[in-house]
Amino acid sequence: MLTTVEWQVLQLSLLVGCVATLVILPIAFATAWALARGRFRAKWLLDGLVHLPLVVPPVVTGWALLTLFAPAGPLGAMSASVLFRWTGAAIAAGVMALPLAVRAIRLSLEAVDRRLEEAARTLGAGRGRTFRTVTLPLALPGVLAGAVLAFARALGEFGATITFVGSVPGETETLPLAIYAAIQRPGGEAAAWRLAVLSVALSLIALVVSEALARRAGRGVHVL
Amino acid sequence: MSFDVDVTGWRGEAIIRARFATGPGVTVLVGASGAGKTSVLHMIAGLVRPDRGHVRVGAAVLFDLTQGMDLPPERRRAGYVFQEPRLFPHLTVRGNLLYGAKGPDRLAETAALLDIDRLLDRWPRSLSGGEARRVAIGRAMLSDPAFLLLDEPLASLDPARKEEAMMLIERVRGEAGLPILLVTHDEREAERLGDTVVAMTGSTRSG
Repeated sequence: MLTTVEWQVLQLSLLVGCVATLVILPIAFATAWALARGRFRAKWLLDGLVHLPLVVPPVVTGWALLTLFAPAGPLGAMSASVLFRWTGAAIAAGVMALPLAVRAIRLSLEAVDRRLEEAARTLGAGRGRTFRTVTLPLALPGVLAGAVLAFARALGEFGATITFVGSVPGETETLPLAIYAAIQRPGGEAAAWRLAVLSVALSLIALVVSEALARRAGRGVHVL
Repeated sequence: MSFDVDVTGWRGEAIIRARFATGPGVTVLVGASGAGKTSVLHMIAGLVRPDRGHVRVGAAVLFDLTQGMDLPPERRRAGYVFQEPRLFPHLTVRGNLLYGAKGPDRLAETAALLDIDRLLDRWPRSLSGGEARRVAIGRAMLSDPAFLLLDEPLASLDPARKEEAMMLIERVRGEAGLPILLVTHDEREAERLGDTVVAMTGSTRSG
């Protein structure tokens, strides 16, 4: 059904999307926790920084990453393992997806009834057990929603990725980049169509899976 | 001595003050709404930190700044029945009842006492107000408490249910033999249930 090249693009997209999502999820949770529960002065600064990729043109984010990871840049030591590599594509996708995950998780944490946590404490549960048995299960649908949003955003990432790590077939050429390349090629419409359908199908599957997961989380809360 | 409480704390603009030392049985804290009764229960349970004073229950010192003592809520062994049931929505009635329990040993007995043994597999959202309150009482009793705090346990019940609940509290007092501190704004309830009645005159507004 799919050609070898299409399989390659699909596998690479899934790899980049999954790695980006899994890596940013704990970061997003910690950030969301700090924003929802923390009491510190620089909260506005953290809030602003996290949301920057959402409002800044993706090409600027990509260029910032390129400056950061360039051989002479602050993180230049890692340039060989990041530039023009799938790891770089995952970093770009993760940075772009982070604000969406933070927003979803933060909302769900803010919606957790603090009075239930108080009740757990009086019943003998310390902070750790209260978090594991009350806060986290109640926030779980939001965490899943955040993960799905992040994954979808990572799959669709284009501007920051192409600026940061270019479009290297088999290494950084994910679905959107492959579609763009096909459109640019004379007579590439048919290939573009096939890839476009593939990316829509992938997004739909992600949505359906997340709905199922959220239902199994026990509260029947819709993710979207 | 059951409850030996002397606390002062700020809640926004108001100062909450309470001072009482009572004997065994049921102590009733009575006062108009807004007098800070719930805040006092929160201070005894460790959910709100008083600015000054001490909280002792039985022989245990739960809070005393002069001794540098401020036990976290989970170590105070308060069986706190809040004004709202505060049941965990993601756990069944059984899960709620056993949340603070060491094991399922006394589950059947307590559920029978509270007449909630038919409800064990239900979810909190499907309970009536009275059922949810009884589950909350059972959950507190099963957490192996050293004392019980009951915040307006009879509020918003119709007269028949109120009579039932009062008999229930009298039964719990008899069976558990724990010191109980009960908050109400109804002086008749206070007279009937309390071995000791403490009146809270109200918080002092500052400025």
